[in-house]
Amino acid sequence: MAYIELRNVSKSFGTGKDKTEVLSNINLTIEEGEFVAIVGFTGSGKTTLINLISGLLMPDEGQVLFKGEPVTGPSHERGVIFQNYSLLPWLNVRNNVGMAVKEAFKKMSKKDRNKRVEDYVEMVNLSPAIGKLPKELSGGMRQRVSVTRALSMSPDVILMDEPLSALDALTRGNLQQEILKIWNKDKKTALLITNDVDEGILMADRIIPLKPGPKATLGPEYKINLERPRDKTALNSNDEYKRLRNSIIEYLIQIGEQRSSKKETTYTLPEIKPQIKSTPFRRLSFS
Amino acid sequence: MKDKSINILNFIGLGFFEPAIRLASGEETKKNLVALFKKIVLPILSVGLFLLLWSAGSSHLYNIEKEFRIEKAFNERGEAAARLERSCIDSGSKDCQITTLPSPSQVWVAYKSLLADHASISAKKDAFAEKVAATNVKRAEQGLDAITYTGRPSFVDQIFTSLKTVFAGFLLALFIAVPIGIMLGLSESLRSSVNWLIQILKPVSPVVWLLLVSMIVNTLGKNSDGDSSFTISFISVGLCAMWATLVNTSMGVSSVDKDYINVAKVLQLNIGQKVFKIILPSSFPLIFTGLRITLSVAWMVLIAIELLAQSPGLGSFVWEEFQNGANDSNSKIIVAMFVIGIIGFLLDRIMLTIQKFVTFTEET
Repeated sequence: MAYIELRNVSKSFGTGKDKTEVLSNINLTIEEGEFVAIVGFTGSGKTTLINLISGLLMPDEGQVLFKGEPVTGPSHERGVIFQNYSLLPWLNVRNNVGMAVKEAFKKMSKKDRNKRVEDYVEMVNLSPAIGKLPKELSGGMRQRVSVTRALSMSPDVILMDEPLSALDALTRGNLQQEILKIWNKDKKTALLITNDVDEGILMADRIIPLKPGPKATLGPEYKINLERPRDKTALNSNDEYKRLRNSIIEYLIQIGEQRSSKKETTYTLPEIKPQIKSTPFRRLSFS
Repeated sequence: MKDKSINILNFIGLGFFEPAIRLASGEETKKNLVALFKKIVLPILSVGLFLLLWSAGSSHLYNIEKEFRIEKAFNERGEAAARLERSCIDSGSKDCQITTLPSPSQVWVAYKSLLADHASISAKKDAFAEKVAATNVKRAEQGLDAITYTGRPSFVDQIFTSLKTVFAGFLLALFIAVPIGIMLGLSESLRSSVNWLIQILKPVSPVVWLLLVSMIVNTLGKNSDGDSSFTISFISVGLCAMWATLVNTSMGVSSVDKDYINVAKVLQLNIGQKVFKIILPSSFPLIFTGLRITLSVAWMVLIAIELLAQSPGLGSFVWEEFQNGANDSNSKIIVAMFVIGIIGFLLDRIMLTIQKFVTFTEET
């Protein structure tokens, strides 16, 4: 039985004339312990897809199944790492993480909860900043807190909605390694949404491109049979990596072109000729 | 020490003293001198200019009034009377003093006389308390009310009465507007159902609120003796001033960032936790802006309401002085004007400081 399963899922926004079908007929199965990456253009409905799986949105048609049960709303079993961190600005790192721990482990004693918070903050090397407010942290540090918050609830699945896209390239590389390190410990099921093919190949077992919306559907999947742990610099000279990267990018460029050619509309211009009534400014003559 | 005091000053909104402190510690003399000039010297100069214009204006008004009187005496009673009038005015005798816009120096004199008056009244009060202390003990044994001083309140007493009224009104506004605002913010149907009512009641003048409140309070308070003017004035102040908080609270609560709501959903917070841990903290900045406006509106309408309701305070002080028409009445009114302005400024600064304490700032 698949761990997460999407059956013929469709989702639209708006009503009447403004109705746009963002996702159409999505079928996806993720097995337990698998790391799946979904790669797509911006605006192709990636966030909608992850909101459907997390339970923040309900599908119009089709079913989202988690462990064989339909998803009816958000749950602690599916931890979400948001694109824009979504840390509460009035709480420091400890309380941001502590709030999640408190909700996920209601019966835990206060001491144990504090211990858990500190352990998880330690795991992402943020212990020195545990008393700081989000505004005092850099983007990378904030996203680490967000990762910690999601993981501290010990979810069965980690859903990542472009977690690293707002970060600079160097921080991004570091955080990729850190997330992989944490993931390697207990090999939880993970779904990563990204717009970076390299990131997908580095981190995932499987990459599925999302064709651009409206009416986005999933493209053919690419299995990544690269030995873990993967080293970013070593990968650059790996032939399998190069082959995968090229074929995925080629596919994306191809569907990207389809989208842009589809959008071409011809507008008929009204036949108007400029009428010169007067010359308010003297013409400059360059003789 | 230096950085700490600068931080404190900035925190309470008196950051313009910063260059003075930096200069005193001999830091970047040239830059801080320029800053000092901009932030302290220029404002002082402009205050000086204001005083100059004021005194020129008042002396001009004084001359108009004087010439008019002399002219009138000349027309009615002849040249000798006019000469007499002029010498009388110039001598500064109280019989023919001219009342018009007082000059800054007159106001300063009035200010000092008000302080002296306060000192003498407090002395009288103390003496009175001493005198009746023994009697009051006896009366308390017999179960009677204590005898209290019922003499004229001093200007300083009036200030404190006004502050008491404004805080009572402010708290009333706080306890009505914030809970209702939260409820309105949470429920869109509730918000749209009372929207018209709020829009209509919001611009109603303080005077009308006062009349409305006194209609209700007078009927309800038929059986109780005692002065209802305090009740009437603080309720009116509260009702006038609460709208800013009400509107801001409901707006803040209804426009919480969707990301935070998603966090609440993912963490599966219940409705109470969602309100107290997510919605309220994130709308605190807007609620506090509303409360600041409420306090300044409360202070502004208070004066008008006290004036009309004849409840003790600065408003009735101003009105009584105006009715009184004594030689220094006008000066006392101007003193009251400045006191009202300065207290309003201080109240706003206090609210700003509290706001900085309890709310977060999004980004730095």
